[in-house]
Amino acid sequence: MVPEALFFSAILFVIGVVGVLTRRNAIIIFMCVELMLNAVNLSLVGFSRLYWTGGQVFVIFVMSVAAAEAAVGLAIIIAIFRHHETVDLKNINLLKG
Amino acid sequence: MPYGFVYEFLFYLFGLIAVASAAIFVTRRNAVAAALWLVNVMFCLSALFIMMDAQFVGAIQVLVYAGAIMVVFLFVVMLLNLGLPPSAADIKGKGARILALLAGLAMLAEILVVARQQLPAELPWMPRGTSITVPITEPLFRTYLLPFEITSVLLLVAIVGAVVLAKRRS
Repeated sequence: MVPEALFFSAILFVIGVVGVLTRRNAIIIFMCVELMLNAVNLSLVGFSRLYWTGGQVFVIFVMSVAAAEAAVGLAIIIAIFRHHETVDLKNINLLKG
Repeated sequence: MPYGFVYEFLFYLFGLIAVASAAIFVTRRNAVAAALWLVNVMFCLSALFIMMDAQFVGAIQVLVYAGAIMVVFLFVVMLLNLGLPPSAADIKGKGARILALLAGLAMLAEILVVARQQLPAELPWMPRGTSITVPITEPLFRTYLLPFEITSVLLLVAIVGAVVLAKRRS
């Protein structure tokens, strides 16, 4: 069933990419990134069925990095919200010429 | 390696529920509803992990991802009070959507072409009665001990950074 797992993983990853490209709400974009991390976790577990359980160790690492990233990213979003009163990326264009 | 009918049925069922929930998740305008659909995706992935002989990772998926990370997301959504008015302009216009569709299709085609190569045979299932944590902790604490220790520093840095960023300047 590993090819099927890799297939599902590819579809979930692409759904995450499309979400990042089409949404404007910063929090939902963040959740799409989490979905992409989850898709990669699925393929790592699939490969750990083929080679050895080191793939599952990488899943643990990905999860801890995702937790750190969520903490820092959401703190940044809260700081942006205090400054701009919005999380809509259309209104956050400080670098636009 | 032969699989039973029930195994294959449940595998496809959970995989399809995960994909469908993800598709619903990216199209919801309400952030709370989107977060809950994403939690559904994570539960289905946890079931797939358990079916692929990664029981510990499946349990951690529910505990850490669905139980901790998504709760933090929901907490922030409710703290910023974003759940109530679904903003009309959340999803980008037609041009960006077509561009995203093309990028997604290109990426999917790329991944599927790469995935067509011959995979090696699967490992045998873990024998009944063996510990489910030993196959993970063995490489984690021997081969990957240094990355494991660095992860603790990373978490500390992330906590300090989050506190500094979220603190009100007075």
